[in-house]
Amino acid sequence: MEIFADMFNYQFMVRAITVGLLVSLCASLLGVSMVLKRYSMIGDGLSHVGFAALAAAAAAGIAPLKVAIPVCIAAAFLMLRISENSKLKGDATVAIVCSGALAIGVMIISMSSGMNTDVNNYMFGSILSLSAEDALVSRILSIIVVLLFVVFYNRIFAVTFDENFARATGTKAGLYNGILAVLTAVTVVIGMRMMGALLISSLIIFPSLSSMRICKRYRMVIISSVIISVVCFMIGITVSFAKSTPAGASVVCANLIVFAICSLIGALKGRVGKKA
Amino acid sequence: MALIKCDNISLGYEGRTILKDLNFSLDGGEYLCIVGENGAGKSTLIKTILGLKKPMKGAIETGDNLKRTEIGYMPQQTDAQKDFPASVYEVVISGRLNSLGMKPFFGRRDKADVMDKLRLMGIANLKNKCFHDLSGGQKQRVLLARAMCATKRLILLDEPVAGLDPVATQELYDLIEQINKQMGITVIMVSHDTEATLKYASHILHLSHDKIFFGTKDEFMHSEDGIRFAQRKEV
Repeated sequence: MEIFADMFNYQFMVRAITVGLLVSLCASLLGVSMVLKRYSMIGDGLSHVGFAALAAAAAAGIAPLKVAIPVCIAAAFLMLRISENSKLKGDATVAIVCSGALAIGVMIISMSSGMNTDVNNYMFGSILSLSAEDALVSRILSIIVVLLFVVFYNRIFAVTFDENFARATGTKAGLYNGILAVLTAVTVVIGMRMMGALLISSLIIFPSLSSMRICKRYRMVIISSVIISVVCFMIGITVSFAKSTPAGASVVCANLIVFAICSLIGALKGRVGKKA
Repeated sequence: MALIKCDNISLGYEGRTILKDLNFSLDGGEYLCIVGENGAGKSTLIKTILGLKKPMKGAIETGDNLKRTEIGYMPQQTDAQKDFPASVYEVVISGRLNSLGMKPFFGRRDKADVMDKLRLMGIANLKNKCFHDLSGGQKQRVLLARAMCATKRLILLDEPVAGLDPVATQELYDLIEQINKQMGITVIMVSHDTEATLKYASHILHLSHDKIFFGTKDEFMHSEDGIRFAQRKEV
């Protein structure tokens, strides 16, 4: 308990925790659809694009979020388009985008400020990187993401479960895929500076995969995924504070452990189910 | 005016034509079976009628004020659905989305309609079960219930009995007949099942690479295509 009191004594920790909780919430909501639509790797692609955009913004001296958000939204649309229509397979597209963006980002950094702690912070995240203004913008954006998700919940379910049916019966599937892409892009950008470009996509994938091991209804998957994500974030950030480990990596490790536990429970349940 | 009318349309993909100069029209309450060899374009035609694909030439006209939100569709099951976590209720209510308009959430009427359709399909007891744990026949009933939630006038079925055992197949055909006869909903069905086609359909569209037949069942039975078709068990 003492450690919690300690944590909340620091202004930067309060900032990191509120933003982190909201990002975890957004990521876990969107993650379920991303995983089920077989778009898991798009989060990864987006975070690398975000990395390049942050590097460019820093080099040009512009506020990072202002550059990264539009760039990532554009990239999200591009990746959706390419994986749907083109001869390039979705996973190949993402691989190209990932390494391409990473290379561009590193080039920009090395030509401007040189390889230094900045790179490290972008890659693996840092809770110190959030300014008060950034934190405010991040909070507002993530609340908007959550609200939009709730409003479009039924439509998002429909385009996730069966896009052709939704389209055929008069739902604008393209629009809702686009909304999913935009929301994911925004979440990745807000989250990547704390979690790091290399780790943010795990925040999207892990909680939903864990909850799918134990839940069989869509709504329950969403709810448990949110709970898992938020709890793992709190465990991770606390460990990070107590042991001075990087925040992003600590949160991912917490998620990894929970995933292992959920898989085990799922396997046991499955075995019992078969016997019965 | 006809509910659906195809006037000299051509279908295909990636620049390759697979169906040329297709003509047919269907009135409200009729029961059309689309039969033909694999690759003759049956599923492509269904997707074109649904607006998922554009025809290469011509356009499909809908008449009688038929709106996109009044069409139900029962697709073949996709791979992604095999491990999708969703309850029967969640799947079926997603069929009500097209009557939602601008509203974000389902209301009491939507929920009542879902229960109606579940009872119609005889699966009200499966309401809270997980979709991917069901048997093949149960899954098809769920998808049919969802299609029924989405439609008021026209339903398109893409090989609804594929992979079902004889009992489940018969039950599904009976349900489809009930939808057509008692509720007056127009049915368009892709089928491989000769016997059922000749038993239930009012009209038949027979597609093959070199020839297209469209007409009533009686006309078909007396045509060259129809006689050859009836002699085979499966197409």
